[in-house]
Amino acid sequence: MSDQKAQAATGGREMALRFQDGLVKYGFIVVTILLFVYFSATEETFRNPNTLFSMLKFTSVVAIAGLGITFTMVVGGLDLSVGAVAGLSVTLSAMTMVFYNQQGGVAIVVVLLAGALVGLFNAFLIVILKIPDLLATLGTMFIVMGLKLVPVSGQSVSSGMTLRDGSIAPGKFTSDFLLIDRANVGPVPFPVIVVLILTILTWFFLTRTKWGRMMYAIGANPEASRLAGVRVRFYHGLAYVICGVFASIGGLILSSRIGQGDISAGSSLLLDAVAVALVGTSVLGLGRPNAWGTALGALLIGIVITGLTIKGFPYYAQDIAKGVVLLVALIFSFTLSRRKTRYVSAT
Amino acid sequence: MTSQATIVMRDITMSFGANMVLRGVNLEINPAHVTALLGANGAGKSTLIKILSGVYTGNGGVIEIDGEPQTIDSPMTARRIGLQTVHQRIDDGVIPGLSIAENLLFEQIAQNEIGRVASLRSLLPKAREVADALHLDWSDSYLRKDVFEIGVADKQLLILARALARRPRLLILDEPTSALSQSEVDRLFSVINELRASGIPVLYVSHRLGEIDTLADRLVVLRDGQIRGEQDRPFDWTAALKDMLGEQTVVELESFEERHGTTTVLDLKGVQLFTRSAPFDLEIRSGEVTGVIGLLGSGKSELARGIFGADSFVGGTMTLAGAKYAPAGPSEAIRNDVYLVPEDRAQESMLPGWSIARTASLPFLKMIASRSVLNFGKEHALGIDLINEFSVVADGDEQEVDSLSGGNQQKVIVGRWLHGTPRVLLLDEPFRGVDIGARRDISRKTREVAGSGVGVVVLTSDIDEVLEVADRIIVLVDGEVRMDTYSSQTNRDQIVVRMSEVA
Repeated sequence: MSDQKAQAATGGREMALRFQDGLVKYGFIVVTILLFVYFSATEETFRNPNTLFSMLKFTSVVAIAGLGITFTMVVGGLDLSVGAVAGLSVTLSAMTMVFYNQQGGVAIVVVLLAGALVGLFNAFLIVILKIPDLLATLGTMFIVMGLKLVPVSGQSVSSGMTLRDGSIAPGKFTSDFLLIDRANVGPVPFPVIVVLILTILTWFFLTRTKWGRMMYAIGANPEASRLAGVRVRFYHGLAYVICGVFASIGGLILSSRIGQGDISAGSSLLLDAVAVALVGTSVLGLGRPNAWGTALGALLIGIVITGLTIKGFPYYAQDIAKGVVLLVALIFSFTLSRRKTRYVSAT
Repeated sequence: MTSQATIVMRDITMSFGANMVLRGVNLEINPAHVTALLGANGAGKSTLIKILSGVYTGNGGVIEIDGEPQTIDSPMTARRIGLQTVHQRIDDGVIPGLSIAENLLFEQIAQNEIGRVASLRSLLPKAREVADALHLDWSDSYLRKDVFEIGVADKQLLILARALARRPRLLILDEPTSALSQSEVDRLFSVINELRASGIPVLYVSHRLGEIDTLADRLVVLRDGQIRGEQDRPFDWTAALKDMLGEQTVVELESFEERHGTTTVLDLKGVQLFTRSAPFDLEIRSGEVTGVIGLLGSGKSELARGIFGADSFVGGTMTLAGAKYAPAGPSEAIRNDVYLVPEDRAQESMLPGWSIARTASLPFLKMIASRSVLNFGKEHALGIDLINEFSVVADGDEQEVDSLSGGNQQKVIVGRWLHGTPRVLLLDEPFRGVDIGARRDISRKTREVAGSGVGVVVLTSDIDEVLEVADRIIVLVDGEVRMDTYSSQTNRDQIVVRMSEVA
């Protein structure tokens, strides 16, 4: 009798644990779908496929920067300079086309190189000078934000502007460059295609190649990785270079969208991208940073923001919604998950 | 003698869950004596010290000071009744960011004996008083310095001066010399001699037999949570080592046919492990298991890590199968087929949350990848192969290594290297935290590997382990080779004697 009771109790306990695990694994996706269904059912505007695609388009920059951050989180760090790099990309692309009268293709190459260079600088600070990831990239963030203002004297760059010597800027944003953000492939905006491609590439790199495997190893235990023959410093640094390039791709889309070298562009990107990557660690219940999680995290935040905006939630209160989404995600991975979650090690 | 004892410990017991660490320790510490406490890893030394310093409470037994029973329920109480402990990790004892003066007076500050607002200048005279306990001739400007800036020896002296500020009734020193150079050690010893002369008893914990030989009046040996030997000067080191390491374990050793390797696979020339130790030459031969035995601080891990390129030797060169070998790091060592199973499994081998298959494949990702793209089928086969080869008890190769028992974890960590093509296989403490069954399996495998022509080196601090697995036995003391012979030409007693010879 008492045996039966005990058995029932353990059975109940086990069921509770299994429910909890299921919640951690699928809870977030279920929440996303429920929200989507709710907004679709109650708001006609939300149901419109155009709304859906424009929503995806506007989250694309955050998603790409979040994918970059995902790489740095995989090696146990965090890149705080992504917003600054995206801002740099906007100014640099504008300068290349407007000041130097170059084609859009040249601007793209310049921007990608700059992103890689900033990543390399981060890698140097972290791997060679041994500054903790967060602090090193914080310094880089300030330097990059300030540095981009110097050649433009703190001014936004736009076609036909008057230069310092009184002459008129020779170039303009080329039409092919502006197409980056405006083109559609069928009904799908081009930036959404870019996000999809980068997500697949990131997923493949991180989970299907030995390089990605070594990056995850470094994030799990750098010393054990070193003693297993992983060239820790190389792959740790590589994650930051990739992150820099991703941030600059995000910057290119942003630049094409704005159509001028707005010096304030990218300033709010960092926090959104970090939030998306953090949400991404819990979306699939994996408890570790991963490509699809980050992409879904961006989608989820997009749904929430768009839905609430259509419902009349004031735009200036959007950050509240982002914060709630992030905290719910953290509850899923820290409070409910029985797995030990590893996010960011500060040192 | 007994009636004079200042500190008497009676029947001290301590257990963590089912694990009984101290099984009734009886110890008397006499005034004006330096009592040395000796014990192997896991003997219960640090637990005993933590009880005396108030870190652990709730143990059974009585502690009496001058005949009065005492309750030590916190580190604060321990200090108040005069039990001062200088812990092994020097950096845990000082607070960087504060000046030397503030660190010297830290106890008074923490207990609000000094005004809440006090200028550094007003603290200086009091700080100098504390420093005077050790005749530290520190100037005002030095006292104002941040502790962060001063050398490790001065930090040690600072902690010691602070401990002595209120004339303790017992001073406990836990491995106080581990970070000091020879001249700093000499200085510490003269301080300890002075303390003894002034009547303060000292409990001195160390692995370094030479230090105990110079310093101590009495020697007590702790093993398996009990005092197993007590001696007064002059010390019989062989007996002390026997007390410390225990008689032969009841479990019968598996006998094996001793193999003698003929070709030298790794040749070490003029290798120097510590700045204080002399260089030596050593040949590692393939086809035999070389057992390196040494206590903590003997340099055995330094030897292994140096060969593997994880750290660099103080000096010396290596030749691997006739070619110059100077690995810049572990990855280069592995490319040269030199592998290491490091000493600390949790910190240096395991990846939290990683499965058996992933842990096993990490050093040899090339083998399971084509053009850098991983083949999960091959990885699965590798994991299953390891589980079968080493009879790892697991649900499958997807099980996380963390969730395995210690012995099975170690099987995975040792076994994964056998997927490569080792020329030299180094195993540092491969049997630590491993049950007897797994230990058997691992040592049998190790001997098989050596039989197939690999130079296997097992490094351990346990005599039984080295006798169980090694053909050739090397005794390492203070970073130098004290014995190098075949297992059949020596025995347990001789090894103990060599380990106990004081320089």
